[in-house]
Amino acid sequence: MYAYDELDRTIINERVEEFRDQVKRRLSGELTEDEFKMLRLQNGVYLQLHAYMFRVAIPYGTLSSEQLRRLAHVARKYDRGYGHFTTRQNIQFNWIKLAELPDALADLAEVGIHAMQTSGNNTRNVTSDQWAGVAPGEIEDPRIWSELLRQYTTLHPEFSFLPRKFKFAITASDHDRAAIKVHDIGLRLYKNEAGETGFEVLVGGGLGRTPFIGKTIKPFVHGHDLLSYVEAILRVYNQYGRRDNIYKARIKILVHELGIEKFAREVEEEWLQMRDSALAIDDSVIKDIRSRFTYPVYQKLPHMPDELKQAAHDPHFEAWRRNSVAPHKAPGYAIVTLSLKPVGGPPGDATADQMDAIADLADRYSFGEIRVGHEQNLALPHVARRDLPALWKALDRIGVATPNVNLVSDIIACPGLDYCSLANARSIPIAQELTRRFADHDTASLIGRLHINISGCINACGHHHVGHIGILGVEKNGEEFYQITIGGRADENAEVGTLIGPAVPYGDVADVIEDIVEAYLALRARPDELFVDTVKRLGVEPFKERVYATR
Amino acid sequence: MTSPLQQKIKITGPSVITANRTWDGIVIWRTTAKGWSADLSDAAIVRTADEARALLTESIADDVGAIGAYIAPVDLRDAGAIKPGNLREHIRSAGVTIDLPVPV
Amino acid sequence: MPLVKGGKITTDPLVHVADDAELPGEGAILISATRFLGDAEALSWRAGELGVVWPNNRDLDDLVPHLGRLAAVALVFPSFRDGRAYSQARLLRERHGYRGELRATGQVLRDQFVFMLRAGFDAFEVRKEADAEAFAATVKRYSVFYQPTGDGRITALHRRMQLRHSESAGQ
Repeated sequence: MYAYDELDRTIINERVEEFRDQVKRRLSGELTEDEFKMLRLQNGVYLQLHAYMFRVAIPYGTLSSEQLRRLAHVARKYDRGYGHFTTRQNIQFNWIKLAELPDALADLAEVGIHAMQTSGNNTRNVTSDQWAGVAPGEIEDPRIWSELLRQYTTLHPEFSFLPRKFKFAITASDHDRAAIKVHDIGLRLYKNEAGETGFEVLVGGGLGRTPFIGKTIKPFVHGHDLLSYVEAILRVYNQYGRRDNIYKARIKILVHELGIEKFAREVEEEWLQMRDSALAIDDSVIKDIRSRFTYPVYQKLPHMPDELKQAAHDPHFEAWRRNSVAPHKAPGYAIVTLSLKPVGGPPGDATADQMDAIADLADRYSFGEIRVGHEQNLALPHVARRDLPALWKALDRIGVATPNVNLVSDIIACPGLDYCSLANARSIPIAQELTRRFADHDTASLIGRLHINISGCINACGHHHVGHIGILGVEKNGEEFYQITIGGRADENAEVGTLIGPAVPYGDVADVIEDIVEAYLALRARPDELFVDTVKRLGVEPFKERVYATR
Repeated sequence: MTSPLQQKIKITGPSVITANRTWDGIVIWRTTAKGWSADLSDAAIVRTADEARALLTESIADDVGAIGAYIAPVDLRDAGAIKPGNLREHIRSAGVTIDLPVPV
Repeated sequence: MPLVKGGKITTDPLVHVADDAELPGEGAILISATRFLGDAEALSWRAGELGVVWPNNRDLDDLVPHLGRLAAVALVFPSFRDGRAYSQARLLRERHGYRGELRATGQVLRDQFVFMLRAGFDAFEVRKEADAEAFAATVKRYSVFYQPTGDGRITALHRRMQLRHSESAGQ
C-alpha cells in the first residue's frame, strides 16, 4: 500500500475545496454549464441518463480496507447503496446529486481517495496489473512507477487541456494483465542487459471508433528518464494532436497519420532538449516513493496445509480453488480473485454491504488490502493458503465466490443504455442472459478460458474489440442490434477481433453466442486449445457459417 | 460545440423537451407553465419544428435550473396519455430495465 | 476586458492595433503575428514597446529570433479547453529564456489561473470582471505542486527529499 503524506493530503483537500467553490458558482449561475462541464468532468462527474455519475479513481487498482469501507459509505449515504467497478480501475456511482458531491469528495479525501482526472481531456487514472507486487516472476513492483506517474500527471499545468483523454497502463510481468497495448501510453517494465530498470514504451493504442494496437516508440527508456520521456510525448501530442474533430483527437490518430517513425523522431527531438531537466528521476526519489509502500511481513507457511487437504474433499470448494486462486510469490500464500459476475447479475457491481464485508475479510485474511482488476473483479492479494477454506465460505455467503473467473460468464460490460447517455443499446441485460445460459460450471470449465466483452456503443468502454468474443450494441431504426466480433485479445498478444457478419437483434444475441461456442467445441483441435487460438487457426469463416446458415 | 439551437430542428411526430435538473441531475420535462416537472405527464407537447424550437429556446435559457435540454419523441396513441417515444426515453422516464443491486 | 498583472487589475499599457488599422507613430502597441512578421525589421526600430499576439497553432521558431526586442507576447486560448498555449508558454520561458511579459488572451477564466501561472504567464486578459477580482484569492488555492515547471515552485518530490534530509541531519 502507498501511504499518503501531508503533501498528498494537502493537494486532494485543496482540490476538494476548489471543486466545492466551482459547484457553488455553478448552482448560483456564476458559471454556465458550458464553462462548468469540463470542470466537473475533470473531477469525474458526468451527466448520464437518469442522474449525475461520479467516477472515483483507484490508482493502479490498490485499495485499503479503510478506503473500501469509505466507498461503501459513499454508496450508502450519497447514492443507492452500490457501486460499479470499471475496466479502468475506477468505481462509479450512478445516482449522485451535484449539490452533495463536494461532501462526498471530502469524505473520500479523508482516506486518500480522489476523483481527479477520472474524466476530461487530461491524463486519466494510471492503471496497472492488479497482481502487482505479488505475482510470481514479476520483475519489480510496477506500482512504484505508477505512483510516480500518478503524481506527475495530477493537475499537470501544461497537460490538463489536451486534445482528448489520455490513458497510461503499466505492467511488469510477462503476462500482461493491464492491457497496455490498448492504452495511449503502455509501459512494460523490464531490466536491460546492464540490469537497469526501464521501460519498453508503447504509444497510440486504443479502442473506440478506430481501434489500434499500441506501437513501440522506444524499446528501452531508463527509469530515470521516464517522466521526461512521457513529458516529451505529451508535449508533441498537445501541440499537434487534432482538435478539429473529436473522433480524430486521440494520440492514436496522430501516431497513425504521422507514422510511428516520424512521431518517434518528433518525440526524440523534444526529449533530447529536456531529458536532463528537473524531471530526471534520481535513485533517492525512487527510494522515497518505494519507502512509502508498505508490504506485508509474510510468515513461513506450508504450501499444502491440513486445512486445504481437508477442504479438497468438498467439490464446490475445489471448483472455486481451481478457478479463483492463483499462485503468489510468497510460499504458503495465494492471490484470490473475487468474482463480481454472479449468474444473472450486472457485471462489476458491488453493494455497500458487500464492500464492507470484503473490507472486513481483507483485514482478516489479506493484510487489509484489496485489488481491482480491469476485468471488473476484485482480488485479495495476500491470502495464506491455510485460510482459503474459511475465506471461501465467507465469500460465498456474500455472493462473490462464483467460480467463473476467466470463463465464459466472466463478462466485461459497460453500463450500456440502462445508464449511459452515449449508449445505443443495452449491455447489462445481454450479459445477464449470457451468464444464465452458461451458468453450469462444468460446461463453462469444459469451454475453458473465454472472454466475452460487451459495449453499448462504439466508444468501446466494454472493450468489445479485444474480447475473445466481442459484442457491440448499435441502433437500427430504433431497435437494438448487436455486432459480433471474434478473435480479439487484450494481453501481450493483443489483437482486434474480426466482425463475423451482419448485426443481430437483441433477442438473438445469446443464441448466436451459444452457436459460436458450440462451433468452437466441435472445431477445437484439443481440449486445451483455447477459443481464441481456434479462431486464430481457422479464421472466422467456420463460425460465420454456423451463425448465419440458419439465420 | 454547436449549440442545439444552431442545428436544424426536425421532428417526426409529437415531441417534448427533456433535460436533467442541475442540482441533483434527475430527469425533468418542460411544462406548459414555463417550468419543469419530474413527471412526463406534465410535459408540454410540440408538434411542429417551429413549436419545438420555441420551447427548446425557452428551455435552454434556463441554464441554472436544467442541463442538456433536447427534443425527445413521445407516443400519444394510448388515449392521449404521454408515453416515451423510444427505448432511451423509456429508460429515462421509467428507470433501468434491470433489477438494481439494492432495491430502492 | 480587465487585465491582471502583478496579481492586480491594472490598465493595459498596450494599445491593441487591428491589422487594418494604422499604427500609431509612438507608444506601446500589441499587434498580430502576421503584421509583425510582415515587417519585423522596421517594427523593431519603432519607438515604443512592442507586443505580439502569437496564435496557438503557429510554430514558435518564427518568433524566437525576435524575442529580445519584444516587451510582450500574448498567447491565445480560443477556448479554455484548447491547451496548446500552455506548451508554448513553457517553451518560451523555460527553453528560450523569454523574460518579457507573457500574456494569456482569449477565454481566460478563473479556474485556469493556477495552471497559467505555473506555465509562465504573468499577465491575464480576463474574460469576466468577477474572475479578475478573484485573482489573488484563486491563485492561493494550491500550496503543493507535483510537477517542476519554470515558475520555480518547489515540487512535492523535492520537498519530501528536503524534509528527509533535515530529519536525518537532526539525528
